Amino acid sequence: MSYEDIHHGRAYGIGVSHPEGHASRWLAQTAAVAAPILSRYGLVIGFLVFWQVSTNVGWINASVFPPLDQIIGALWKGISSGALIDDIAISLQRSGIAFLAAVALGIPLGLFMGQVRAIEQALDPLLQFFRQTSALALYPVFILLLGLGEASKVFVIFWATLFPILLSTIGGVKEVDAKLIEMARTYGAGSLAIFRRVVLPASVPAIFVGLRLSATTALLLLIAAEMIGANKGIGFQVMNAQYNFQIPLMFAAILLLALMGLAANAALVLLQRKLCRWALPQ
Amino acid sequence: MTLSNSIRGEVTVRHLSKTFTLNGQPLPILKDFNLTIRSGESLAIVGASGSGKTTLLRILAGLEEADGGDVLIDGRRVRGVGTERAVIFQEPRLLPWLTVIDNIGFGLETRGLSRDDARLVAQRYVDLVGLNGFEIAYPRQLSGGMAQRVGIARALAVQPEILLLDEPLGALDAMTKIGMQQELARIWKDEDVTTVLVTHDLEEAIFLADRILILPREKGGEPRLIDIDLPRPRDRSAPGFVRQREELLGLFGLH
Ligand SMILES: Nc1ncnc2c1ncn2[C@@H]1O[C@H](COP(=O)(O)OP(=O)(O)O)[C@@H](O)[C@H]1O
Ligand SMILES: [Mg+2]
Repeated sequence: MSYEDIHHGRAYGIGVSHPEGHASRWLAQTAAVAAPILSRYGLVIGFLVFWQVSTNVGWINASVFPPLDQIIGALWKGISSGALIDDIAISLQRSGIAFLAAVALGIPLGLFMGQVRAIEQALDPLLQFFRQTSALALYPVFILLLGLGEASKVFVIFWATLFPILLSTIGGVKEVDAKLIEMARTYGAGSLAIFRRVVLPASVPAIFVGLRLSATTALLLLIAAEMIGANKGIGFQVMNAQYNFQIPLMFAAILLLALMGLAANAALVLLQRKLCRWALPQ
Repeated sequence: MTLSNSIRGEVTVRHLSKTFTLNGQPLPILKDFNLTIRSGESLAIVGASGSGKTTLLRILAGLEEADGGDVLIDGRRVRGVGTERAVIFQEPRLLPWLTVIDNIGFGLETRGLSRDDARLVAQRYVDLVGLNGFEIAYPRQLSGGMAQRVGIARALAVQPEILLLDEPLGALDAMTKIGMQQELARIWKDEDVTTVLVTHDLEEAIFLADRILILPREKGGEPRLIDIDLPRPRDRSAPGFVRQREELLGLFGLH
């Protein structure tokens, strides 16, 4: 062992002892647990408390911003009665199909485009143009081409989710360390082996950035996609409740979308942790 | 000819030339350069920064193409990279998503070994470079010296005839560096391998090399070869070692 290996584990040298009573220790422990939660979610909690209090007290108009308990009540009623379950199912189906299609096309295409410089350079202006053109602005075009049914709804979500995946995959591939590729070459790795053993694993973190962005987009776009020509779906429920002035239900549907977005994101983070253990901070 | 069959790891460079273009100006690096590196010897290449050490090593590795001339290995003319050569770069160039043992086994896997078989072989080289206990660590968990040892083990694991090293210890702190030089001397004694070591550290060159190639600082100057006839294991404080260092410093006009 050489010199530099010695400086391991030295961090906890000094024993810390607290002569104080149980109460203060309990407080310290609670604070130790609560502090990170507070620093992370403190603003959210504060916002929710402010919402509840100000609607109850009457600082803001409760018919426009109903108190939280009404919103949660409406959500609970919708789910337990089964009324919202159909909406959730159809919305998940639309977003899910669109997202999976975007993944199935975006990742392979991105991996390919990132590696072949000529293709990337030829297609980049077009990609940038499409990316700048909001999916919403193109929705009427999709409806014109695909009709008012499922196809145009799924397609507009697909369109919006494709670009984050595609662009981040291309970016990931382009940023692979050329020195690692050269190293692999000196060990006799051919282009397929280099792709499989260097380029692909190196791109995974960047791909996940795109996946998480796209998953959130896929859910948010439901509101727009189900605004026109739908009679089911969470997005439809948001519009419909607003139209019928069922304001708690409207917020309940929005809350549902947000929760689904959080769940999708959490699932992807979990998958990323599993796949990219090597990149985790210690 | 039984003799030529048994020669392993001999490098011959004939009439090598290389000119880069820098800002539209031709920048000659090598001109009609000739060299024979004997089978099993340790050759160090020293020279001022920009004298073309890396370029020469990369041509030997097959990573850079010469404008003219040949590189022969065991009498065969070679072009491009080849499995009889392994390169150790200044940076360890480990794959961050592979553990220590799988990084060491990387070259074996690209040569068709299964992951399990590669690990079996790699374990021997984990022991050789003293990384026991770190087999399943990831590169981000290693110090600079440990990471470089993984890179060295990865190169040794494919049992190359020729090991090409470009300032492999250049990024390490002084203490770690001396420890690693001792390890390299020990490893090279046991492994049957020709080594070409680029370094800017004269003491390192004297400590490790059988011969030292000095690339000229100014263009048009002639490269020089110096034999180091010191007994091994070498002692940095021995009179012979010190004299050798003085002599070399003199050649560089630093005396
Ligand atoms: N790809 C390249 N294109 C142009 N010039 C280069 C290239 N690689 C190296 N050089 C130049 O060639 C000279 C020798 O470089 P190098 O072999 O890296 O020197 P050393 O390793 O001895 O410091 C330097 O002046 C460097 O700028
Ligand atoms: Mg160099």
